[in-house]
Amino acid sequence: MKTTPPPTPGRRLLRRPSAVVAVAWLVLLTVATACAPLIAAHGPLDQDLSQVLALPSATHPFGTDSLGRDLLSRLLFGGRPALLAVAEALAAHLAVGVSLGLVAGYRGGWADHLITRIGDLLFALPAIIIVLVVLSVFPGNLHAAMITFGVLGSPGMIRVLRSRTLGIRQEMYVAAARVCGLSDTQILLRHVLPRLTGTVIVQAALFSAVAVIIQAGLGFLGLGAQPPAPSWGGLVADASQVIDRDPWMLVPAGVPLVLTVIALTLLGDAIRDTAVENWSVSKLAGTSAPPPVAEEIAGAAGEAAPGALLSVRDLTIEIDGVPVVQGVSFDVMPGETLGVVGESGCGKSVTALGVLGLVPGNGRITRGRVVFAGADLTASPAELAKVRGSGIAYVSQDPMVALDPTFTVLSQLSEAVRRHERATREQARERVLELLAMVGIPDPPGVAGRYPHQLSGGLAQRVLIALALAGRPRLLIADEPTTALDVSVQKEILTLLHTLQRRTGVAVLIVTHDWGVVATLCHRSLVMYAGQVVEQADVESMFVRPLHPYTAGLLAANPHRAVTGQPLTTIPGTVPSPREWPLGCRFSARCPYAADDCRTAPVALTRPVPSRLTRCLHVEELAGEGARP
Amino acid sequence: MTPRTLLEVDDLTVEYGQGRRGRRGHAPSLRAVDGVSFDVRPGETVGLVGESGSGKSTVARAVLGLTPVTSGRIRFDGTDITHAGRGLRRTLSARLQMVFQDPYSSLNPARTIGQTLAEPLLVHHGHRSARADARVAAMLERVGLPAKAAERYPSQFSGGQRQRIAIARALMTSAELVVCDEPVSALDLSIQAQTLNLLSELQRELSLSYLFIAHDLPVVRYLSHRVVVLYRGGVMETGPVDLVYERPAHPYTRALLAAVPDPDPRIRAGRHDEPVTPQGTSRPTAIGCPFAPRCAHAVELCRKERPRLLPVDGVTGGAAVACHRAAELTSTGNGVASAAGRPGNVHMEET
Repeated sequence: MKTTPPPTPGRRLLRRPSAVVAVAWLVLLTVATACAPLIAAHGPLDQDLSQVLALPSATHPFGTDSLGRDLLSRLLFGGRPALLAVAEALAAHLAVGVSLGLVAGYRGGWADHLITRIGDLLFALPAIIIVLVVLSVFPGNLHAAMITFGVLGSPGMIRVLRSRTLGIRQEMYVAAARVCGLSDTQILLRHVLPRLTGTVIVQAALFSAVAVIIQAGLGFLGLGAQPPAPSWGGLVADASQVIDRDPWMLVPAGVPLVLTVIALTLLGDAIRDTAVENWSVSKLAGTSAPPPVAEEIAGAAGEAAPGALLSVRDLTIEIDGVPVVQGVSFDVMPGETLGVVGESGCGKSVTALGVLGLVPGNGRITRGRVVFAGADLTASPAELAKVRGSGIAYVSQDPMVALDPTFTVLSQLSEAVRRHERATREQARERVLELLAMVGIPDPPGVAGRYPHQLSGGLAQRVLIALALAGRPRLLIADEPTTALDVSVQKEILTLLHTLQRRTGVAVLIVTHDWGVVATLCHRSLVMYAGQVVEQADVESMFVRPLHPYTAGLLAANPHRAVTGQPLTTIPGTVPSPREWPLGCRFSARCPYAADDCRTAPVALTRPVPSRLTRCLHVEELAGEGARP
Repeated sequence: MTPRTLLEVDDLTVEYGQGRRGRRGHAPSLRAVDGVSFDVRPGETVGLVGESGSGKSTVARAVLGLTPVTSGRIRFDGTDITHAGRGLRRTLSARLQMVFQDPYSSLNPARTIGQTLAEPLLVHHGHRSARADARVAAMLERVGLPAKAAERYPSQFSGGQRQRIAIARALMTSAELVVCDEPVSALDLSIQAQTLNLLSELQRELSLSYLFIAHDLPVVRYLSHRVVVLYRGGVMETGPVDLVYERPAHPYTRALLAAVPDPDPRIRAGRHDEPVTPQGTSRPTAIGCPFAPRCAHAVELCRKERPRLLPVDGVTGGAAVACHRAAELTSTGNGVASAAGRPGNVHMEET
């Protein structure tokens, strides 16, 4: 775990080119308007009737207007009320929007109700008209107008912050802070507001940009600073009067306005990105060496076993150019249950999805073959499409996510049935009821009419299994099918899978981290570690005498075998991420048997005992240890 | 002589109004916890087990003051904290802490580990100081993380490391009782074992008490001294952990234990299997035993009268069971033939 002190937020902001340009422009503008008397050679009201509507020259860098007044000077002096007006509007916007949004989201109840209603009301009011009314009450008072505009613009901010706060309030760290006795104000300032900075900044930047336009609009209508006092809007108005005689004047009048709006938007984006980058998902790029070269796979995995239903050879899957599964080979025989075991990040789910050609994200299969019933799925997308659903079916971990909430069980299942076989609506319905009965649902017609949210977790998982069986598959791939379920429901689902297998002869490839599931259901088991197969054996032998230190460690770490009062056997450390995979044995850093030979070169799979595979150089030592009582 | 109790929960009832907490909220007012009583003594771990909807997390939230209590009483070291206000909670927080299930949501991603860990100190000792920094560093090292981890953000740590950080936060002040709500269920097996070891080491070193909530029965057995089995918000059985696991007196406890898949491929068939009708096939009556609709041994009495939690005959150690037929069922050696659990007996349960 290496760490470098993070650079200050300001410095990080200035690494972004767009931010540099935006900041440069805004700084230039602010300094220039502040120092207007020093920069401008002429006063904003000085007329020079011999130089009317002049183009840029040495004496008048931006030219002059119809009264011969210096445009640079008017622009700079006019910028002062403009920037002040934007600042006032923004301050009012933030004060009202942030405080009300936070209170509504955090307190809930009547406060939320009241604030939301006020927000709705403000939304319904036409802001410009209200501002015009304010200006008619306070003629020429731009401050009043802009503050009103800031308040009228706040419902957007209120709504966004309210919904974000509602979410954050549910986070466990807010509960933790409450248990610690922090006051509401402290929680809001320390836990809620920091999470909202990004949102607030973006909203504020967008609002400032609008405020710039609005104040210019008011100036254009002559409602702000009264002529002859300079204002940006007034400049545009003057320019529009002489547009046929002197089109140039629009450039000094309009371009600074446009640039300011763009700069504010760019700056908002850049600040948001830097504000969250130090705690958002850590960037791995560039911090580690490229992953080690994939090694030669020994002949141990060899050719496909004769009669295998599914045969995977040397499967390598990369996600964003990083291998996450390397050289995985295994077979599934007809009617067999194969368990794929390992911790998260070892590549078990990616392997299972890879068989179906469904690699998550930007992943792709870069090497190897997947042969199902004689057809090479990796070579031909057509074969893959044919096999999905009808040859190989998939059951995912969370049934609630896998079912479409907008359709009934019947319509989802009959769609699947009719996808695989020609059937009338009535035939499909009958087949659906048959499938539901097959997965042990006692009231198929009743359940068929329900929507997924009307099903309990166990029932939904049964429906999902029925869905998988719709195409009469020969292989069922189940990815942690019982992890999200209660223990008694898990037992029912395991029993169901077992029954289905005996009744239909379907083969099952089950991904799990639970040794109990492996022991209950599987014939053979495959242990994966850091993207590789490290051990493969029939379940009985593996439990009695594991031949890889990782398998042994994982079996021993199971609290089921623990004796109260004695420390659990643990595996020190954690699974390395794909970018941290070492050259040698990937388990060596956590292995009690690791020696120098483990770390120098990739370790190949060997077959120390007939029909068992292990990726360990010190298997004799481990076996010797295991023999001890 | 009775030993001092640290936490005493007496006849606790928590009801949720309509629409709160989603999913199962179809009843106008859902009774999540229904008359639960138990206590935790100094240096002891009490395990709270049950399936989803059993109310175990709600009990934890009520103890921590995160959920309003409908009726009943919660005492901490003699003080009534049932409806404790912010001030009392604040003083209490030095002694009563928590570790939550989700290591991703329990740490604020926008704050460094150091800031998060210093927070409990801030409440009690005011602003940040060099002493707080030293305490943060010491606590990080105690839970097996480098001291410089304090400068980094949660996103740079794995799930197991984050749970260590959450444990460190709970122990920043001199906590006596730590409520652990599913602290290891989101962790991988090898990390889970590391975390459980850490929890039990810390308990020995600091004579901590844990209220340990989990759905994983072997984990609860490993860490707990006593166990409370919850079903639909009510206590079904309680007692010393070995007794409850070895000689479960309640049919629900037996069913729960039998459902845990044994990591031994030689025992594929169920051991002492309990025939259970799956949840929700018929609704429990308001007055009867909540488990009666699923229980194979239910008789008319079970549907008419709610069994009280009574001491188990002939057993010491505070074992109690809420079952009308517990005595006759245990005397006949679990009372059941191995009828369920064979492949093919499939059930359903409803919403």
